[in-house]
Amino acid sequence: MLTVRALYTEYATPRGPAVKAAQDVTFEVPSGKFFTLLGPSGCGKTTTLRSIAGLERPVGGDIVVNGKVVYSSERKIFIPPNRRNFGMVFQSYAIWPHMTVFANAAFPLEVRKNKLPKNEIREKVMRVLTAVGLEQYAERDATKLSGGQQQRLALARALVMEPELLLLDEPLSNLDAKLRDRMRFELKRIQRELGLTTIYVTHDQGEALALSHEIAVMNEGRIVQVGSPRTIYEHPRTKFVADFIGTTNFIDGIVLGHEEAAQRWRVRTPAGDMLVQTDSALTPNMRVTVSIRPEDVELSETAGDASGPQNLTSGLVDQKVFLGDFVDFQVKIGDFILLSRAHPSLRTPIGEKIHVRMNPDKCVAIPDDGAARAAA
Amino acid sequence: MQAGGQAPASDARVAEAASGPGAGMPPRLQGDAPRVDAQWAILGSVVAVTAWLALVPLGFLVWQSFLTPHSARAPARFTLKNYIEAYTSVETLLLFFNSLQFAIGAAVLALVVGTALAWVNERTNTPLKPLFYALSIIPLIIPGILFVVSWIMLASPKIGIINLVLQSLFSTDHVFVDIYSMSGMIWVDGLHYAPIAFLLMTAAFRSMDPSLEESAMMCGASMAQIARRITLKLAWPAIAASFLILFVRSIESFEVPALLGLPVGLRVFTSSIYDAIHAYPSNIGLASAYAITLLVITMAGVTLQSRVTGQGHRYSTVTGKGFRPRRIDLGRWKYLTAGLFLLYATLVVILPFCVLVWSSLQKYYAAPSMAALQTLSFDAYRTILNYPSAGTAVWNSVVLSLGSATAVMALTAVICWIVLRTKIPGRALLDNMASAPLVMPGLVMGLAIMICYLTIGGGVYGTIWILFIAYVTRFMPYGMRYNAASMAQLHRELEESAAMAGATWFTAFRRIVLPLLKPGLIAGWIYIVIVSVRELSSSILLYSPGTEVVSIVIWELWQNGQYVELSAFGVMLIGALFVFVMVAQLLGKRFGIKEA
Ligand SMILES: Nc1ncnc2c1ncn2[C@@H]1O[C@H](COP(=O)(O)OP(=O)(O)OP(=O)(O)O)[C@@H](O)[C@H]1O
Ligand SMILES: [Mg+2]
Repeated sequence: MLTVRALYTEYATPRGPAVKAAQDVTFEVPSGKFFTLLGPSGCGKTTTLRSIAGLERPVGGDIVVNGKVVYSSERKIFIPPNRRNFGMVFQSYAIWPHMTVFANAAFPLEVRKNKLPKNEIREKVMRVLTAVGLEQYAERDATKLSGGQQQRLALARALVMEPELLLLDEPLSNLDAKLRDRMRFELKRIQRELGLTTIYVTHDQGEALALSHEIAVMNEGRIVQVGSPRTIYEHPRTKFVADFIGTTNFIDGIVLGHEEAAQRWRVRTPAGDMLVQTDSALTPNMRVTVSIRPEDVELSETAGDASGPQNLTSGLVDQKVFLGDFVDFQVKIGDFILLSRAHPSLRTPIGEKIHVRMNPDKCVAIPDDGAARAAA
Repeated sequence: MQAGGQAPASDARVAEAASGPGAGMPPRLQGDAPRVDAQWAILGSVVAVTAWLALVPLGFLVWQSFLTPHSARAPARFTLKNYIEAYTSVETLLLFFNSLQFAIGAAVLALVVGTALAWVNERTNTPLKPLFYALSIIPLIIPGILFVVSWIMLASPKIGIINLVLQSLFSTDHVFVDIYSMSGMIWVDGLHYAPIAFLLMTAAFRSMDPSLEESAMMCGASMAQIARRITLKLAWPAIAASFLILFVRSIESFEVPALLGLPVGLRVFTSSIYDAIHAYPSNIGLASAYAITLLVITMAGVTLQSRVTGQGHRYSTVTGKGFRPRRIDLGRWKYLTAGLFLLYATLVVILPFCVLVWSSLQKYYAAPSMAALQTLSFDAYRTILNYPSAGTAVWNSVVLSLGSATAVMALTAVICWIVLRTKIPGRALLDNMASAPLVMPGLVMGLAIMICYLTIGGGVYGTIWILFIAYVTRFMPYGMRYNAASMAQLHRELEESAAMAGATWFTAFRRIVLPLLKPGLIAGWIYIVIVSVRELSSSILLYSPGTEVVSIVIWELWQNGQYVELSAFGVMLIGALFVFVMVAQLLGKRFGIKEA
């Protein structure tokens, strides 16, 4: 459906070199899927989205939608944004303040070359306004809408064009937390019902995990990993991804060797020797970082039994914070502090000994940057 | 020309412009009776000075408009004759009609040109833009009278270069363009004010969220549809406000109607006021009646404009992230828009300046030709350097502009501080008083001040002080604007912490507030220096032999028909002003001022 290949976009600056805002961005989105660009502020998400929209003119690469090339640097094709028929929701919503709600939503149909008859326009607009729950506000001034309603109107305006592609730039970031949760479900519902291919930009990992079929994590203008929310969460390929998505423990270590029996690598760490899994090519003596999520660090007051390959160790409770539906423990193993998220029923006092179990499937070894480069 | 320029001379009230963390109590003073006295003494004198400057001459003007001419034989008596004469003659109706036609025409021309250029400059990828922005500012430093004179040299029916060139080209004696006409007046005035429209509309486009236009583009709208249905509609409040500002400026214009209209009997209010004063015997009562009518029109214009500006806020959209202005790619059309830039620069800067330079190098004024090329000389420069009143005028202008700029900025800094930072009763009135001269056309103010000081005596009339008073009064509103803008950004806590540290309010003002206001003060000061040097319409009624200023010398040279000397003087003046602005900008950059 959408194919982006080797996209490269830069901004000329009055002084100094151009800002390379997106480099070598490549991904593919199947029809009807919800695809998210995720990354910290300034990593080039908006730039990528705007390049797809045609609001920025990239320097290199190809963008193909439904087999139609909308941009190609080699073939010198650039279809202007107003002829791409993509719906876009801007972060500021960009609701036109001098029009009513209805006029805002009807605009895309009114500026078309072969304009529909008035009653047909009316019918279509009312249908999308109903879909986003704004039908009773149709004749209101657009400025008199609340933030959430403006957001829906922006969505309605994008939907009414029956776009080939829906582009959303942090549409929920201006809403308060409660409303954001609700709109998240609504967005997902509308997207699924209409089967729209959607590109979504956000810096909120929770949003990305909840909404997407697939996520591309970006950093410094490049995509660092593409995958399903589960893959990204459970098999981060780099430290950056592991750190950016959720909280995690990083344990430095050195690869000892491969354990054929367990199909796992053995790594020496300050928290003891560990069995770990990895998607990367490891070699003995390589420096790696082991990432394990706090909720995967299991604690118990009794020593666990080692049925199958397990990482078992023990430490002392150093700190704990009660958070309602769980308790965060800091466990001291030697000099190393390991963060664990446990069920509130675990009440081991501070200073007591506690047993730690980490499933090797959840321990991900990530080669350090230098090591990875050397291996590559 | 009326003072024009960067200061958005919009609505009169400053307190509105600078709301927010502004108002509050002055740093509280405990005990210490003498200090409190000092505070009230300064406040009192500021209020008194402002009231004296802004209100008293106006009172005299109104009073005078109800009096018969004062002469040796008969003392002045109360009469309604001035108004009856002014309002019952058919001529007044014509005057009214001419004034409106002229002001609306010039405002529309300036607005169309300025808006188009601002849009092209802000929203498209037209080449030559940086150059253009600089070029568009230059007309603001050229005295209006020089602009008018150069257009007479270009387009007068007899000596105008455009006519001569076209006539020799088509070998006819047909007059192609005639600057001495209503359309000629509108053309010159409109072009002259186009830079102001350009600056006002540039500000409007800059404050508009570009994603409003981008989203229209994503909806499939064409460029024309976006311009018509989104951009222009959103800019509408700014356009309306700019139109009213330009309308007021044009109806106050003096040099265009005086130089282009009067010779052919095309009269508007300003030129009629001037005529009534310079008639023999001069009819000051009638001039005052006209002046008050004009004042009512400008007041209506300014009031309406502040309404429109207030309503415009309805449209101001708040967005979270910084704007990224997107330049529309015009493709091949960009050469056309660049061509329009060049055409505009030619009409407003290059042609007028070149024609002045040309004529300044002649012995007697002649249109460019091979023959005239043989007789180039610097005689005119030599003459003007020995011209008796030129040296005095330059000296007077320098002293007056530096003095009035300093006085205005100091006075309005205190006024703004009182208005924005204290809860003293009546501070809104003070604000209004200090901003009121904005609605006073220069000629009207000149007349009012003239009447005032002729009546009360005191030896001010006929000295340079009367010009000083006029300049300070006229430019007080600009000082208010610059000071209010920078004071609004100044956090109260800075002052309060000084007060907490035991400083008196005076020390706090001098040691904390003033240094922080410096950039705004310097920018405003530079601006007022420039507009003071250009000032003509008040000075023309107030100067006397020995107190001429540069614009008056140009006026006299024109009346004497000394065109080549005028040109030489004008070229030198523009050069000097240009150097001043450049130096000021350089220094401004050193001191961290963004715009001068
Ligand atoms: N118009 C521009 N001119 C110059 N540099 C720009 C421009 N727009 C963006 N940049 C730079 O390009 C880089 C990527 O910006 P982009 O807006 O794509 O980031 P983002 O991931 O959307 O960030 P955010 O989450 O803050 O919106 C940033 O370093 C930014 O400063
Ligand atoms: Mg962004």
